Amino acid sequence: MSPVYFDHIAGTPPYPAVVEAMLPYLKEHYGNPSSLHQAGKAAKQALEQARTQVAGLVGANAEEIYFTASGSEANNLALKGVAQARQKKGRHIISSKIEHYSVLHPLKSLSRQGFEISYVPVDEQGIVDPQAVQQAIRPDTILVSIMLANNEVGSIQPLAQIGKITRDKEIYLHTDAVAAAGRIPLKVEELGVDLLSLASDQFHGPQGVGALYARQGTRFLPHIEGGTQEGGKRAGSYNVAGIVGMGCAARLIGRDMPDISRSLTNLHQKLINGLESKIGDIVITGHKSQRIPGHVSLCVKYIEGESMLLFLDMQGFAVASGSACTSLALKRSQVLEAIGIDAATANGSMVISLGKDNTEAQVDRFLEILPPIVERLRRMSPLYKLGN
Amino acid sequence: MKRLYFDHNATTPIAEAVFKAMSAYLKGVFGNPSSVHALGREAKGAIEQARLQVADLIGAAPEEIVFVSGGTESINLAISGTAALYKGGRIIASQVEHPAVLNSCAYLERAGFEVIYLPVDSRGIVEIPPFTAALTPDTRLISIMLANNETGSIQPIKELAAIAREQGLRFHTDAVQAVGKLPLKVDELGVQLLSLSGHKLYGPKGIGALYIRSGTKIMPQLHGGHHERGLRPGTENITGIVGLGAACQLAKAHMIEDAAYISKLANTLWYKLNERIEGLTLNGHAAKKLPGTLNISFAGISGESLLMNLDLEGIAVSAGSACSAGSLKASHVLLALGLSEEQARSSLRISIGRDNTLAEIDTLVEALCRIVARLRGRVGKVPCD
Repeated sequence: MSPVYFDHIAGTPPYPAVVEAMLPYLKEHYGNPSSLHQAGKAAKQALEQARTQVAGLVGANAEEIYFTASGSEANNLALKGVAQARQKKGRHIISSKIEHYSVLHPLKSLSRQGFEISYVPVDEQGIVDPQAVQQAIRPDTILVSIMLANNEVGSIQPLAQIGKITRDKEIYLHTDAVAAAGRIPLKVEELGVDLLSLASDQFHGPQGVGALYARQGTRFLPHIEGGTQEGGKRAGSYNVAGIVGMGCAARLIGRDMPDISRSLTNLHQKLINGLESKIGDIVITGHKSQRIPGHVSLCVKYIEGESMLLFLDMQGFAVASGSACTSLALKRSQVLEAIGIDAATANGSMVISLGKDNTEAQVDRFLEILPPIVERLRRMSPLYKLGN
Repeated sequence: MKRLYFDHNATTPIAEAVFKAMSAYLKGVFGNPSSVHALGREAKGAIEQARLQVADLIGAAPEEIVFVSGGTESINLAISGTAALYKGGRIIASQVEHPAVLNSCAYLERAGFEVIYLPVDSRGIVEIPPFTAALTPDTRLISIMLANNETGSIQPIKELAAIAREQGLRFHTDAVQAVGKLPLKVDELGVQLLSLSGHKLYGPKGIGALYIRSGTKIMPQLHGGHHERGLRPGTENITGIVGLGAACQLAKAHMIEDAAYISKLANTLWYKLNERIEGLTLNGHAAKKLPGTLNISFAGISGESLLMNLDLEGIAVSAGSACSAGSLKASHVLLALGLSEEQARSSLRISIGRDNTLAEIDTLVEALCRIVARLRGRVGKVPCD
């Protein structure tokens, strides 16, 4: 039996059409897009078509899209690239406490190099207050980086409001839109961002491809040096098939998003209602309405998320206990800490992220399977006995 | 028109078995290798199998292989990841390195490191005495390529690395062009770091690896999750990794016979061209070179116009490195060998692969004879564009 996949925030399976679009670029069209001959030109054309498709998903111009090998790389390129290019203007950066590791860790690295980072807090629903960003701005602030949607608690940030603040001040605004793109409609102009990171595997494209949008005229330095690919901003031979796949996925998800998002919102609402009525002592985390369609995050008190996850895995459901990228770290998530969840409660965290191929029947089945697992684990838990 | 491909140093077509492994993976398993559930573990298993296959080809241990997005990133990680351990000091490279090495070095120069670019002899080989003389106690890294992408010349890495090792110095080799074409083992080479790329050995584009000898410290250059033991965060390009693994396994099985076959084609090509066309010079080392690479200067003709004319006949070659194509600068590699600007501009790189045939070599010879005769007949009369 193939497991039911409820972990779309860790990655979404590619559209079959995406796979079909990629295969020819793995096989017959193998040219290097940087070569001058026909084989190279054909690959180059495919690359540029994909660039237009990806640009279309976020309302950008094709020449504002730089392909990378992942969303993490796009975040690294944006943060370190801008910091290096603008350090003469200032060395102060504003970000939030709930960013993905691929934002937090580059910032940590920049702070070791003498940059100062202010982390604005979030409220208990995981939302950044634009006023807090406004107040954190200093004369030497060069960059604000706030994610568009949080992968662990699903909250969608008021980016457009933050964009209005940064726009007049010559401060670059970057958003990690990895968890948002393909799930909620977004236009770079409306958000007012200068840089935006994307990952193909979050919207049914292949893994190992990402992109950075950089508004025309935005200054940033490359971090991988070499040939002249991507206008000198990102060297390295192109992952042509991957990029073609990302372009195709961008086109398809742009087309399908309204339908998918409607049905996922219904499904996640049903799931939240079911969980709340069937299991006591749970905390649904994140914002009630401003959240990624299909994303349900919760903490089940008195038990450990990891054991819940393994029991569910045995019953054929793939879910996550936090961010996949930190699953090996086994630390309390900094996101849950930031929204004020105490360490004991955070232990029981679970993220259920539904995707376009999930069905109501699967949600029903999940709602039947989970309560007995919780009950069984709680019976073994000393915390539960103490709490009750 | 049937197209002929003689640009295998720019990129190679994907091998059938590699394609099958990848498409099976693309269509089948889906999971994030960092996830704890069964699908995640399956994806993780595929990555670990590929790691074994890559390690096996170069005689490394699997835990010494870090997957990255290509040769360029691998080189950047080796060089910048080493330099980041220090505040300054000396880096040694050669003048004929790939732009990925040269531009990484240029970046470090701006950051305060001293970079020595060693000259090469007229065959493109780094000589031992200037190499030894350049070594200092504050040398942080030596980065010399194994085989050159433009001329195919093979450097004496084993000898150079042995000298470096005696002085406790770290050695990186850009083996992007060599892996899969030459049998090589990291222990015999004696290097601490080695870069390789998927699409040069009949594997996919957008995937590469860095060999990091166990015990060699490297600072990650991307920051994020804990992928690749924290050395290279970012969700893995699993399909690419599976393809790289399959390509390495295939290379191990076929490398020797492929090299013999390709060598025969290259020798035939050179012999026939020489017989038919005047004023040819073979650039690089005549013997110590990649079996399929021929870098030839055609006296009095621009390599670029040869390339375009061949392309019109459906034949793909290169006038230098693909990565600097379109830059209009004479090849820094050929200039380092002592060629004049004009000689350098008159050169063509033909790189043969295992899918080429003797009949294709004959077609190429005929086309070149025709085009050269035409262009030479028109020298002086050709408009500038």
